[in-house]
Amino acid sequence: MNIWDQTHECMSRDELEQLQLERLQATINRVHKNVTHYRKKFAQPGIIPEDIRSLSDLTKLPFTTKEDLRINYPYGMFAVPLREVVRIHSSSGTTSKPIVVGYTKNDLRIWSNLVARFMTAAGVTSDDLVQIAFSYGLFTGAFGIHYGAEVIGASVIPMGTGNTEKQIMIMQDYKTTVLVSTPSYALELAGRISQAGIDPQTLSLRFGLFGGEPWSEKMRREIESRLHLSATDNYGLSEVIGPGIAGECQCKNGMHVYEDSFIPEIINPQTGEVLPAGAEGELVLTTLTKEAFPMIRYRTGDITSLDYSPCACGRTQVRMQRIVRRSDDMLIIRGINVYPSQIEEAIVSVAQGEAPYQIVVERKGAMDSLEIIIEVTSKIFSLELQKQRSFLEELKKRIGSVTGIGVSVKLVEANSLPKTENKTSRVVDKRQI
Amino acid sequence: MLKIKNINTYYGQVYALKNVSLHLKEGEIVTLIGANGAGKTTLLNSLSCIVPVQSGEILFAGESISNLAPSQIVRLGISQVPEGRQVFKPLSVEDNLELGAYQHYSSRAGRAEAKNTASMIYDLFPILHKRRKQLAGTLSGGEQQMLSIGRALMAKPKLLLLDEPSMGLAPMIVQEIFRVIENLSQEKQTTVLLVEQNARAALKMAHRGYVLETGKMILEGTAAELLQNKDVQRAYLGRDKKEIWER
Repeated sequence: MNIWDQTHECMSRDELEQLQLERLQATINRVHKNVTHYRKKFAQPGIIPEDIRSLSDLTKLPFTTKEDLRINYPYGMFAVPLREVVRIHSSSGTTSKPIVVGYTKNDLRIWSNLVARFMTAAGVTSDDLVQIAFSYGLFTGAFGIHYGAEVIGASVIPMGTGNTEKQIMIMQDYKTTVLVSTPSYALELAGRISQAGIDPQTLSLRFGLFGGEPWSEKMRREIESRLHLSATDNYGLSEVIGPGIAGECQCKNGMHVYEDSFIPEIINPQTGEVLPAGAEGELVLTTLTKEAFPMIRYRTGDITSLDYSPCACGRTQVRMQRIVRRSDDMLIIRGINVYPSQIEEAIVSVAQGEAPYQIVVERKGAMDSLEIIIEVTSKIFSLELQKQRSFLEELKKRIGSVTGIGVSVKLVEANSLPKTENKTSRVVDKRQI
Repeated sequence: MLKIKNINTYYGQVYALKNVSLHLKEGEIVTLIGANGAGKTTLLNSLSCIVPVQSGEILFAGESISNLAPSQIVRLGISQVPEGRQVFKPLSVEDNLELGAYQHYSSRAGRAEAKNTASMIYDLFPILHKRRKQLAGTLSGGEQQMLSIGRALMAKPKLLLLDEPSMGLAPMIVQEIFRVIENLSQEKQTTVLLVEQNARAALKMAHRGYVLETGKMILEGTAAELLQNKDVQRAYLGRDKKEIWER
C-alpha cells in the first residue's frame, strides 16, 4: 500500500502535536496581524496570540461561521494582499452572495499534495487515467482532484459534469481507470452503462473516488458491484480548502484527516462545547498551512465523529466517520450545496413579498431533483397577466443562477400545502441514501 | 531531538521571545530567518542558557534543559557558534580549538580524543592547519569564522547552533562555509540550527525553516515553501515591495 507523504501521514502523536502547535501559533500570529476580522473577534473575549500555549488553548478562540464569511464578502477574510492570490474559487453562501476563497502559489502546491494523499491511499498511481466528472469552474472539487492527480503523475481527463453518453464513450475508448464523481452520478453512469448493454467488466475501471455529497455503505456496495471498481470516500469543503481535508485508505473504515494541515474538533452544535473523542457532533476545522485564506475554528455544519484508534494501513492520523447529516438546513443536491435561505430570497424578490413555499427533494433513479411548490398569494394573483405567466420562468432562472442547479417550480392553491401545528415545513427531503 | 514549547524570554523589560515553539529532528538543517531584532539570537542564547528563559519548555533528547548552566548544555551536546565569531584573538589557532574541548581535558582519554577531533577539524578547514601557530587575531574574517565553527565542533556536538556565520564575509568564503555546514549534516549527521540574514542561501541549504517576526513565530515550512512565500520574498529576499491591498 502506497503512502504519499510518509513523514506526515505516519507521524507519531507526539511529533504531530509539536508540529500542530508550532503551525497553530504561527497561523494565529499571522491572522491576528493581517485579518481585521480575527483581530476584532479575538479581542472580544480579550485574547492575544500569546494566550495560545497549547493545542487545548484553541478552545479559547471564537468559532468562525458562514455568517462571518458573509459579512466579510468578498475579500475581508484574506490574510495576504490580493496580488499574491493566484486563484479564486467560491462556494455557496446562505444568501445570493457566494463565499469567496483564495489561494497563493504555495496554497495550490500544498492543496495538490493533500489531494495526492487520499488519491494514493485509494490506490491511484502514475499509471492511471483519471476521468474527472466534477464541475470545473468556481467549485473547488474538480480543480483539487485535477492537481492531485497531476502531482501523482496520473493522466487526467478533465471531463466535467453531464453529457453522460460522452462520459461513457470516453470511459470505454480512453480506457479510464479511475472515476471521480459524486456517488449518485456514479450510479447514474452505472445505470446508463447497463442500459446501453455494455458489460461493466469490459471497462478498465479500477478505482472510484467519490465525494461532494453524503452517501452510505449500501451505495458503496452497489457502486462497487455495478461498476467493478474499489470505491473510496473523501471529504472537503471549499471554505477550508476544497477536497484534501480527509480521505479513506483501502481499509475503508473512516477518512484520515490530514492533521498536520487541519486541526479537527467535534462540538455540540447547540452549545458549542467541545466533545470528547469518539462522540458525534459538528466538525470544526482550523487550518495550519494555508496562506491566503486561513480558517480558525470554522464550523463546517457537518455531523461526524473522530476515531483515534490506530488504522491497519499504518497512517497515524485520526479518522472521521462519513458525514451523517448536517447541523444546519443546508441541502446537498447533486454535489452542490444549497441553502433554503437562498431559495427563499429568490422567491421573496420575484414574488415581491412573502409567499408560503415548500422545497421538495427527491431521488429519482440515482439523481436528485429539487422541486419548489409555491402557494398563490394575492400579490402573485394580482400580477399583470404577462408577468404572471413569466413568474415561474423568472423564478426558475433566478434560483438557477443563485444556486447553480436546475429546479422545477410549481404553483398551488392558497393554503393547500400540508401544515403541521399551523406551520408548513419548508424543506421536505424524501431521499433515502 | 530538540523540542521547544512556548518559550518566553525577556531582556529586562523587553519582551524578546513570545511563545516561541520549534523543533528539530535528528540530522536536519533548520534555518531561522527574521529581520534585525526579531529575536533570532535571543532564541539561540535561550537554548544555550546564556539568557534565562522566563517560561516554557526546552526538551533535548527528551530531557528538559531549560535554565541549566551553559557549560552543562555544552556537555549535553549543544554547541553554539556565536555571532561575530568571538574567537580569542590573543591566542593561537591551536589554543582556540583546544579551548573548545576544555571540558574533556580533565581525563587522559579526553585529551587524546580532543587531538583526534582537532585533526578532523583541520581536514575540514585545511587553512586552519596552515595557520595553527598563528594568533587568531591575525586571521582574516573568513578564517576566524572557520575557527569559530571549529572551536564549537571540538566539543563534538550533536546539535550545532550557528549565529550568522556569513556576516561580513565575501561571497566566496560564505559558499565555502555553507558547504562545510552541509557536509557536517550529511556526513556527520550533525543537526544544525542556523540563524541567517542571508535567507536565500540559508533556505537553499536547509530542510525546513521558521520565520520570526518581533519575537513571534509567523511561519513554519519546508525550505521550498518558504522560498515561495511572498512575505518571505518581500521581507528577507529583497523582492517585491510591501503593498497591502486596501478595501
